[in-house]
Order: sequence, then structure tokens, then C-alpha cells
Amino acid sequence: MSEKSAASETPEAPAEPKRNFLQRIFVRSGKSSSLLLPILAVFSAIVIGAIIIAVSTPDVLSAWKGFFQDPLGALSITWITVRDAYVAILEGSFGQPTRIVKAFGTWRATGETRPLLDAFRPLGESLVLTTPYIFAGLAVALGFRGGLFNIGVEGQLFVGGLASALVGYSLKNLPWYVHLPLALLAGIAAGAIWGAIPGFLKARTGAHEVINTIMMNYIAFRLTDYLLIGPMSRPDGMPMTPLIRPSAYLPTLFPAPMRVHFGFFLSLAMAGLVYWFLWKTTLGMEVRMVGANPKAARYSGVRVSWITVLTLALSGALGGLAGACQILGVDHQMVRTFSPGYGFDSIALALLGNSHPVGVVLASLLFGFMRAGAARMQSLANVPVEIIRILQAIVIIFVAAPEIMRGIYRLKAIRKGEEAIKRGWG
Amino acid sequence: MPPVLALRGITKSFPGVLANDNIDLTLNQGEILALLGENGAGKTTLMNILYGLYTPDEGEIIIRGQEVDIHDSNDAIEQGIGMVHQHFMLVPVFTVTENVMLGVESTRAGVFLDRKTAAKRIQGISSRFGLQVDPNALIEDLPVGVQQRVEIIKILYREAEILIFDEPTAVLTPQEVEELFKVFRSLVDQGKSLIFITHKLKEVLAIADRIAVLRDGRLAGVATPKEATEASLAKMMVGREVILRVDKKPPQLGEVVLEVEDLKVQDERGLGAVDGVSLQVREGEILGIAGVQGNGQTELVEALTGLRKIESGMVKILGKDTSHALPREITEAGTAHVPEDRQRDGLILSFPVLDNLVLNTYYRPPFAKGISLKHDEIKKAGEERVQLFDIRTPSVFLPTSNLSGGNQQKVIVAREFSRPIKFLIASQPTRGLDIGSIEYIHGRILQKRDEGCAVLLVSPELDEIMSLSDRIAVMFEGKILAIMPADEATKERLGLLMAGIQEKGTAAVVA
Repeated sequence: MSEKSAASETPEAPAEPKRNFLQRIFVRSGKSSSLLLPILAVFSAIVIGAIIIAVSTPDVLSAWKGFFQDPLGALSITWITVRDAYVAILEGSFGQPTRIVKAFGTWRATGETRPLLDAFRPLGESLVLTTPYIFAGLAVALGFRGGLFNIGVEGQLFVGGLASALVGYSLKNLPWYVHLPLALLAGIAAGAIWGAIPGFLKARTGAHEVINTIMMNYIAFRLTDYLLIGPMSRPDGMPMTPLIRPSAYLPTLFPAPMRVHFGFFLSLAMAGLVYWFLWKTTLGMEVRMVGANPKAARYSGVRVSWITVLTLALSGALGGLAGACQILGVDHQMVRTFSPGYGFDSIALALLGNSHPVGVVLASLLFGFMRAGAARMQSLANVPVEIIRILQAIVIIFVAAPEIMRGIYRLKAIRKGEEAIKRGWG
Repeated sequence: MPPVLALRGITKSFPGVLANDNIDLTLNQGEILALLGENGAGKTTLMNILYGLYTPDEGEIIIRGQEVDIHDSNDAIEQGIGMVHQHFMLVPVFTVTENVMLGVESTRAGVFLDRKTAAKRIQGISSRFGLQVDPNALIEDLPVGVQQRVEIIKILYREAEILIFDEPTAVLTPQEVEELFKVFRSLVDQGKSLIFITHKLKEVLAIADRIAVLRDGRLAGVATPKEATEASLAKMMVGREVILRVDKKPPQLGEVVLEVEDLKVQDERGLGAVDGVSLQVREGEILGIAGVQGNGQTELVEALTGLRKIESGMVKILGKDTSHALPREITEAGTAHVPEDRQRDGLILSFPVLDNLVLNTYYRPPFAKGISLKHDEIKKAGEERVQLFDIRTPSVFLPTSNLSGGNQQKVIVAREFSRPIKFLIASQPTRGLDIGSIEYIHGRILQKRDEGCAVLLVSPELDEIMSLSDRIAVMFEGKILAIMPADEATKERLGLLMAGIQEKGTAAVVA
């Protein structure tokens, strides 16, 4: 209410203080609370996660039953349980410090690299998991900037994976500098088509892209099922494609057991490319114009229909690339289970990163590392992996509903800054 | 008798801006007080404080001699203060009764809505104050003037004694304004006290009992209609002499720039909005189209700028047939368009001022090379334009939403006027602007006309049309009823035509 009346008569704001890099990403027009928000969200998630971990561990519960007999015992077991869980997450995502140090020692002494590689494996796994998140997050972020909700990244991932796998295993005797780019292009093209179709439907008929992208997901999934059982399946009938040829692999950056592959750098390059596209090109400006105010965009001469199709096609292309890189870099064949929901998580990532490429990369790193840590948390601290999903969900809720944060931490009113993300239904 | 309302020493600041600076104001029982001031003068802030939407940094609110604390609008309502906002807060798909009851529903047995009781009460208020309305009508079916009545009933329903109106006549036709003033008189006769915020000097002199003028957050003066004139009020608002009547040189006519022949355009619902319009505009002249909003002017302008499809007829700009051209082609042909809804069509409020200054030229050199944008050039041009057009903004990188209405309009004008243009369409160019900005925009439009531009001015404000135009056309229900030289036009003549009353001996016009 107060904002509305103020808007009609806002006195001009004072001069902008110099904004550092991170502030420029997360802050629109000098409202510093916007950078605080993701940080507070993560912090809150950690706290709530701790409570949930404690509450879901039988030993802790029974200790608390006897609280009045042994208060210190209850507190200490709670602390130990939570601490172990979080330490496990950190070790699972970064690696164990002692092991790393020891491995360094071994390497200095004997020149053996294997212990070093083993010690850094968790870090590597984190980056492996981060890679598809970055592509998928960029896909959604690009869509949001254009005012479009691309919920179809999962499906675009799948067709991208299918297409790149197909090129990967069926073409023979090609040198890698031809085969690999072709496979990547196939994935990009498949994703682009998968995005362009809902884009075209929206431009022509106004049909909302949320519904159509979701429908395209289902088509992609069933198409994958069919192809993997039928035309594209392995000779022995298992529901997966044959292995792609090594000439189509995305090379790993380090020897085994590290799985970090070139796709990681490609994803960072894509983040840079998306940034350049959106803010340094005329087309990108048109995408953002349509996202911010389609009527004014039309008045300014932008061809809104064509930009709609382009935006979803580019978004789909990034989604396809996510799938392609995952296949070409990690799985080396297409299977039905190759994606644990990267496409759906990417929506949260784009929100968390404020639809800005740098924000998306940071958010993807966060999610990738949390994911990597989750497995170890389960094996070592006996805490179920779902806790990580809960933490992720809490972060998302708090970022999507800033008012909750404001209420809890008594921040000044967090102003509306993210119109591009929060464009409503229709 | 003590004044029914007194504001003492009200001070309120926002980051970097002192919006209200030690303001003292009194409202007497049964009085209509007009609050006058430019955009950014602090009037809405002051009223928002009174209505509980802001809390003052310093100062007191005294109602009937008692100091009160108002923390939110509920407190204000309890104190008998009601506010009718400029942008109505009504639910279009609810009935009048439902909207009025919303929040203070009458119920049977505490659970079931009792619309009948509410409707009866509404009827009572309706007849007491002369606010005719059908309690069962849906808001979305009602004309704006009647919707406003519903807003007034809403606050009377909550037993307001002090009524605040924010720019109440901004959305009304001249006839509806007359009706509203009758309602004001009736409210005051029954003991209510009114404050209304406005820019419109003529209305203030017509209806107010006292006038308070705010300037830059301070009370610049108080006057009565007996002592004040438009000129003296404008001077108080702006702090200097203001030119209210423009000095126009006689037109230097040139080639025909715009030719429209028998144009027919439909609106969203497929009905004929423009019904066979023909006209011509030459270099160096201003053709003003007068008419109450909603008679096809919007659709006409959209058709001319390529934003709406033409059903039949022809449009030629500088000899080229642009009947089916794209907006960009029409812009590139040398056309400038100042749109009637600047925030919706003319600007992207979330974008920095810089981007809005090149909103329809960013894709051409020097602002772009191929696909890549040249930010240095954009910045250079942007800063030049800010200087040249006196746009008040601390930085060109701030979102345009930070600017006042007048400065936002200046951004659009700066953008459009910085290209070589031969044809300008100005649609309600001074809507919602303050005196200073109006003076500026009018000056710029005349300047363009003197430079040889052809100008099509569309406005429901007769004063504006009459003071700027060389020829005046009146539009009614999609047709041009008459076109006349400006010196043959009088308010009475135009008023009749605007109401659809054709003059004797004339048929629909061929330009």
C-alpha cells in the first residue's frame, strides 16, 4: 500500500553508492537487502535442517525424553548428531582435509598422484553435479528474463541427451574435433526445437508456455522410453543406448577416479555467453524488453512473437546442452535415469540466482555441492539423503517468499525488484 | 468551533528526500479544502500520513481538538477519516454491495453474508448524498464516474466524517466532474468535511472553499477562490511566473505529411471504433483531435502507428502507404509517438533511464554495430539528452520508475525528439503532469511545429487543444464530426460536438 502511493509521487532517489560486483547481480536499484536474502535463506535452511536432523534421529529423541535426568547428555548428543551430519556434507562435497593433506604428503614424497586424486574426488563430484545445474539454471533464467516460464527443461534435457547419444554411438570413424561438436550441436538443436514448439504456440495462439512446456516434458519422457526400448536400444535389449564412441566423449580434466569433464568449463562459458547475449546485444535487449513490458516492447518496434519463439528456443537449447553434456561427459550412453530432476531443480536455481548468469552459477554450485555431500551424509552420519532435499526446499521457500525472511529477521521492507521473475499468470 | 482536523508540524522524510517539511494545515467543519501542488510537492505523502499509510517523523494530528495516533488505515477509519484513491480499489467481478461490505461484512448468525442489510444501508447513503448507484450492479459493467461513486459510498458506509479525495477528476468527463461537484456540495451540506488533492487550477477555483498550496514539501501558501487567480496559484505552486497561455506564431504550412482516407478500425471486441475517418496534417501545423476519451481516438492513434490492424481505408505518411506497416517501419519513416499511457506503452519502468532514452533506436548505429550494443555511445547520447531536456534524475542508471511523472514524460519526449522527425503524434501528452511539466511539454510541441513538423494532438483536455492547435477536429463515436480553424472554435461549440450534437447544415466531414 505505502509503495503504491509513494510510486505516484516518488521524490527522486539520491545518488547511487558505488556497487560492488555481487551487489550488482543481486541488487536492483540499490536495495541492499536483496543480497542479504539468499544468504539469510541458506543460513535459515542450515538452522532448520539441524533441527530436523536432530528430531529425526532416534537416539537424539530418546535422549531428550530423559532430558530432566540428563540435560547435558541430551544437548551433547544433539550437537554431535548435527555436527556429524554437517561435517559429512562438507566432507562429501569438498573432501576430508586430513586425507587431502596426507595425499599431498605422499605426492611430494613419492610422486604418486592416485591418493591425491582420491582425496579430491568429492570436490570433483561436486563439480560434476554442478555442471548440468548451471546449464539448466541458465535455461530457466533466460526464459524468465524474457518473461517466460520454461518448465520444460527436464524434457529438453532428455531430448538433448537422446540426440547427442545418437550422434555419439552411430557415427563411426570421425575425429574427435568433428564428432564431439556434432554431438553437442545435436543436443542443442534437439533442445532448441523442444523449446521452440511451445514458443511458437504461445506466439501464435497465446497458449501459456507453462502448460505446453510441461506437456512437452511428458512427450520427451515417453519418447525416451520408446526409443530406449526400441530403435535406440542396445543390441542385448537392455533399455539404454549403446555406449557412445570415445571420439564423442567430453574429455575429463583429470585422470580417474575424477570425473570432472570439460562440460564444466563449457557451462561457465555458457554463463558468460548468456550474460553477453542479454546485456550486450540488441536481440538480448529485445528479449528483456518483452520480459519487462511486452506492450512497450511492441510500441518500440520489437516483434514480440518472434522474440517469444527465439527466447524459448534458446532456453531449450541450453536445456538440451545440459542433457548432452551429461551424456557425453559422464554417462556416455543414454539411460532413462540419467537425470535426478535437474530440470525441475533448475527453476529454483534461477530464482535463487535472481535470473542472472552469475547468480545461477553460484546457486548451482551451492546445489551441486549440497547434492554431493548428501550421499556421504547418509553413509557416514546415518542421516537420510532426503534431508538435503529439505534443506534445498527451505532455501527455495525463503527466497521465493521474502516476506517470511523479513518477518523472522525484522528486515526493512524488501522491495519488489524482480518483476522479470514474478510475471504473473497470463 | 475548533477545526475538525489540524495537522501541526508534520515532517516526513524518505532516504535522501524531505517529503513533508513542518507542515501546518487546518480543515474546518463543513469545508472543502483543496490541496494543490506539483508532482513531488508532498501532497500525497501528507494525505497518506493522515490515512495511516505512513507515520510522520515529527508532528501531530489533531481531530476535533484531541491529539490522535494513527498507525494504520484502520485507526484512520476509526477516527472518521476516509480516502478515495486515484486508482480505485474495487474488485471488478464483485457487485457494488459486495465491494462496499468487503471488510465490514454484515452477517446473519455470524456466518452467512447478509447482502440485503448492506444493500439497504447503501440505498440509504445513496439517497442521502445523491450518489445514484445500483447495489447489484457488477463493478466491471459500470462507467468510471459511477465506480467513483461506489468508492465514496464505501467510505461513507464506514462513517467517515473527513473525506480525502486524491485527484478525483483525473478520470472523469466534464459532465461527470459537474456531477461530482454536486456530490461534494451535498456531502458538505450534511456536515462532512472534504480535502481534495488536485492539479487542476480551474476546478480548485470552482469548488474549493479554501486552497492550500504545497511546494517542495512545504506549505507555500493558503488562499481563497475570491482572492486567487489561476496565475497566482500557479506561481505559488512553482515559485515563479508560469505561462498559462502559449504564444503561438501563425503556422508556416508545408507539404502534406499525414493523409488518412476513410479509415475504419475495430477495437478488441470487434466493434467499429474508428468509423470512416479522413483527415490531413501538413508540415508546420498542429491538428488537435478533441473528444471525450473512448470515442475511437485511442484506436485511431494505434492504427496510425502500426499497433492495430486496419479494417479498411488508407494511411499515407510522407506519401508512403503505411496502412499495413509495422511500428518500426513507421518510426523509421520519421514518425514520433508520445503515447497516452506512458507507463504502459512508452517506457519500461524497470529499465534504467538510459535504456528508455533509446528504447526505439537501440538497434541502429551508433547505438549498435550489428547485433552488439555500443554502451559508450548509448551513455553519451543518454547524458546529452538528459541535459538537453532537463530531465531530473540523479543518475541515468536508475530505474525509470524512480522518476516523477513529469520527468518520465520528459524521457519519452527526449527520446522521440532526438531523432529527425517529420510527424509527431502526441496522445494526451500532459496527462497527470504538474504545471511546470505541462508548460515544458507544450513549449516543446510548439517548437517542433515551428521547425516544420506535422503534429497530431489527441487530448480530452479542451484547454490544451484550444491553446495549441491550429485546426481542431472533434471525434465522436468513431467519426469526425467537424474540423475547424482554431480561431473559429469556442468551448461551447466544441462541447456540443463532443457530445455528438451535429451542427446545422453540416454532414460528416471530409478533411
